[in-house]
Amino acid sequence: MPHSRLTGSRIRERRLVLGQKQAALAKEVGISAAYLNLIEHNRRRVGDSLLEALAKALKTDPAVLAEGAEAALLGALSEADKRLPQAQAELDRSEDFAGRFPGWASLVMAQNQRIQDLEQMVEALSDRLTHDPELAASLHEVISAVTAIRSTAAILSGGGEVDQEWQDRFLRNMRDEGMRLSSAAQGLVEFLDAGSSEEVVPIGPSEELATFLDASDHFFPDLEAPSAWKGSARDQAIGAVIAESAALTSREAQDMARQFLRQYVEDAEAMPMQAFQAARATLGWDPAALAREFRQSLPAVMRRIAFLPPTSDGTVAGLISCDGAGALVVRKAVSGFALPRFGAACPYWPLFQALAQPERPIRAVVRQPGGARRRHVCQAICVQQDALSFDRPPVYEAYMLIRELDDALDGEAMSHAAPIEVGSTCRVCPRSDCAARREATILSAG
Amino acid sequence: MTRQVLVIEDEPNIAEAISFILSRDGWSVSTHASGTTAVQAVRDAKPDVLILDVMLPGKSGYDILQDLRSADDTRALPVLMLTARGQKTDRELAERLGVNRFMTKPFSNSEMLTNLRELVGG
Repeated sequence: MPHSRLTGSRIRERRLVLGQKQAALAKEVGISAAYLNLIEHNRRRVGDSLLEALAKALKTDPAVLAEGAEAALLGALSEADKRLPQAQAELDRSEDFAGRFPGWASLVMAQNQRIQDLEQMVEALSDRLTHDPELAASLHEVISAVTAIRSTAAILSGGGEVDQEWQDRFLRNMRDEGMRLSSAAQGLVEFLDAGSSEEVVPIGPSEELATFLDASDHFFPDLEAPSAWKGSARDQAIGAVIAESAALTSREAQDMARQFLRQYVEDAEAMPMQAFQAARATLGWDPAALAREFRQSLPAVMRRIAFLPPTSDGTVAGLISCDGAGALVVRKAVSGFALPRFGAACPYWPLFQALAQPERPIRAVVRQPGGARRRHVCQAICVQQDALSFDRPPVYEAYMLIRELDDALDGEAMSHAAPIEVGSTCRVCPRSDCAARREATILSAG
Repeated sequence: MTRQVLVIEDEPNIAEAISFILSRDGWSVSTHASGTTAVQAVRDAKPDVLILDVMLPGKSGYDILQDLRSADDTRALPVLMLTARGQKTDRELAERLGVNRFMTKPFSNSEMLTNLRELVGG
């Protein structure tokens, strides 16, 4: 982004408009107040990543700080004109427009950006529906089954003569096709609910972040040596990881990734990989023992267990976290345990039992319907997210570590424990007698 | 004289339902499930009319139709095409290749019978 000589002055003006102290802003973006002072007096150039951080803290667009509000507006008006030339906007008078009506010009800029985002989303959705081979195969299955059922039913109910042998045969065919239809519909719903493949185009910042994290399996070897870093090396290393990702295209997704990776680095600093893996080999799958060993919180230990590569036992762990409202935040999947991509999860997950009982660790063996019906061990904890305060109610978050039950690792008591029957999300869960059901399923039991 | 129809359809229960409907209507029905050997099956069966599915293992119904229309002995064979994709582009492609009738799945049994009777002139 081209920066003018007056970028610093604009940062200062904006800070003063917001009534923010120089020291507070400097702290927020991770630089010293003295350095910010030099920037504000245009005596130091601002790098792109710092400019973005300053713009975010000052609740404005980086272009506004770098080029001035008017230049940014003029650029946006020109872009809006290119997108809709048939509107015949008076481009030669855009400077006059932006100068006289900066609020209206900002509205045009915001709406242009919104249109661009929505068009991108429509394109991605359309592409997904048109070209996805899994969707096409599922739809073909559904249509073939429906065709066979319709033709056969018409024969049986049509009034013509059908001898007993044919009747039996057609009833068998209809039963088979009905089961096939049920299975195809389940596949279709799972596709629509969970996304079909890695080639799916991410829609929105949360999906961009999920694609980014899934691509690396939540493990970032380049961020595993934080103790050697000095000064701004940490932010640079995080910035490099983000810059290398093709999935993180929007600034919002990059900010979310930055926040995730900062916590990742904090965990890596507190529990270095080699020491943590050695402790895991000794202490096994007990997050509480590891938390005591490293004097860290259970959520931090759970993140480390789930995000680092498996140790010699080869068992892979997944991790789910949710906020106090039950919205899923972290979703690292593990084989055989289905997670909903959209919407709310199953209330019977131990994650939500933990949410109702803050600070109490909960361990349970669970089983989901369908497929191989593998059993999983879930370990969950709910903790307070922010510091205690007399001024506001506490905000909680819950974490749940998931891994497949292993008789050798978990011992006889766990192996013989009756599993809690849980689902993924109501729409694709066939349990008919569930007291926690929010909405009807489209699947039949069995 | 009994009219002959060949059904090229890889879904066994659909093929069975079609066979029953047509047999009951007085047709002599044979079925074939592979796309790869479909053209040879047409030459062997010498049907009066062909029911051709689009999505077949080995070779698509469109490719089979193209082959049939480019060979002297099968060029004039009446073809009723069945497809799960009823989009305008699919219909247009089939018409360009020389299809006589085009029906989308799921179809009505009586409509299929009507189409077939019309194709063989009664």
